[in-house]
Amino acid sequence: MKYAFIIAGVLFIALTIAAGLIWVERRLLSVWQDRLGPNRVGPFGLLQVVADTIKLFFKEDWVPPFSDRPVFVLAPGILMVTILLTFAVVPFGPDFYVFDSNIGILFFLGNSSLGVYSIVLGGWASNNKYSLIGAMRASAQMLTYEVFMGLSLMGVVMMADSFSFCKIVETQKGGWFFIPQFIGFIVFFIAGIAETHRLPFDIPEAEGELIAGYHSEYSGMKFGMFFVGEYLGITLISALISTLFFGGWLGPSFLPPVFWFLFKTFFFICVFILLRASLPRPRYDQLMELGWKILLPLSLLNLLITGAILIFLK
Amino acid sequence: MISILRSMWLTFLHVFHKTETVEYPEVKPYLAPRYRGRIVLTRDTGKNERCVACYLCAAACPVDCISLQATEDEDGRRYPEFFRINFSRCIFCGFCEEACPTYAIQLIPDFEMAEYDRQNMVYEKEHLLISGEGKYYGYNFYKNAGVDMGVKGKGEGDNEEKPVDVKELLP
Repeated sequence: MKYAFIIAGVLFIALTIAAGLIWVERRLLSVWQDRLGPNRVGPFGLLQVVADTIKLFFKEDWVPPFSDRPVFVLAPGILMVTILLTFAVVPFGPDFYVFDSNIGILFFLGNSSLGVYSIVLGGWASNNKYSLIGAMRASAQMLTYEVFMGLSLMGVVMMADSFSFCKIVETQKGGWFFIPQFIGFIVFFIAGIAETHRLPFDIPEAEGELIAGYHSEYSGMKFGMFFVGEYLGITLISALISTLFFGGWLGPSFLPPVFWFLFKTFFFICVFILLRASLPRPRYDQLMELGWKILLPLSLLNLLITGAILIFLK
Repeated sequence: MISILRSMWLTFLHVFHKTETVEYPEVKPYLAPRYRGRIVLTRDTGKNERCVACYLCAAACPVDCISLQATEDEDGRRYPEFFRINFSRCIFCGFCEEACPTYAIQLIPDFEMAEYDRQNMVYEKEHLLISGEGKYYGYNFYKNAGVDMGVKGKGEGDNEEKPVDVKELLP
């Protein structure tokens, strides 16, 4: 019974945050652009999310006749499922997690790899030039950044001596990992942006060049799934950054641990949005160069140094 | 890397800037007195219509949104039988106001003319005609014109000299 409550709680929190982000992002962006943003629907415009959802539901759910129908319909769901599955291993608090897997990080990496399928298949099934280019870019970008997304986490794994998120958080009682693993943190953060293909790395969507990239043929709630999937991705990466590098639910005890976890997560979500507000999109080859020539050697170096120091200390 | 962090910081500082948004329905913008908005037909000091139905506004209108029909009352005073402005076509250029010899047609600082039905954008004379004088107080065309409409006696108009009594000019 308790188990069901936790699952429901995790789903509720994840989906509420993801949906609320639609409003949060628009309000924050407008603050940083000296505007007001949506403030009409409900108090502070909070019901904007409801209005948007109603609008999405009432839109015509058009499946293009030239598309590969079953794949086209399936693709947006894969994104949601893979990201929501990963939330299962994220500890929201000391007793607030769905299951404590001893391969938690691998589970996350595997799921995010599966998430690429959603975009590639969505772009492929759309049978549209722009979608295909977007899907190609997405697959190349996500495969590239996945390589050292995993490598950047290995330093944390070595220090905690475990793949389990709960164990990693416990280990950080002696000090948060972002100080010894600063390079790992930076690399993971950049890889996380690229993995969720958020701005400035939104090259697969690049509305200026590719209209909307892989989801240009999607409408109605199928588009909504990609849309919310992106916000879920941001939430997940932010949650993982705070879990792996900033002590997760650890924090002063005058507030419950769940609060600290959500607070840190929300902070990184805001950083994601700040990145969108301030940085332009790099060129495609620049993105690849940054990945293979700078971030990959950097994460390997980080791995080497961390390993050396750990062996030395032993 | 430094420039990226710097631009992020500068963007963040915008939190403390003043927002540029004007919350329109609650906060109305200031409109200058000569703002070119909704078109009205004005009346003169004697509360008669200023319009003499000369068709100059309709001729000047670049989008042909004004249509009218001239007629005369029993005194021979010209006035429009109907006067119709299609505001879905109007571009608010103000040429009609410039063309008008009697200051009858005027553009006023009001732009809130949105309608749900396009047909409601067509304003007839009863919608256009106002009871006041608009921007030009005290102006009466027939005090300047040569036509006698009972407004002024001979030589009593604005900018008009008294009639010369030819018999007084004897040497």
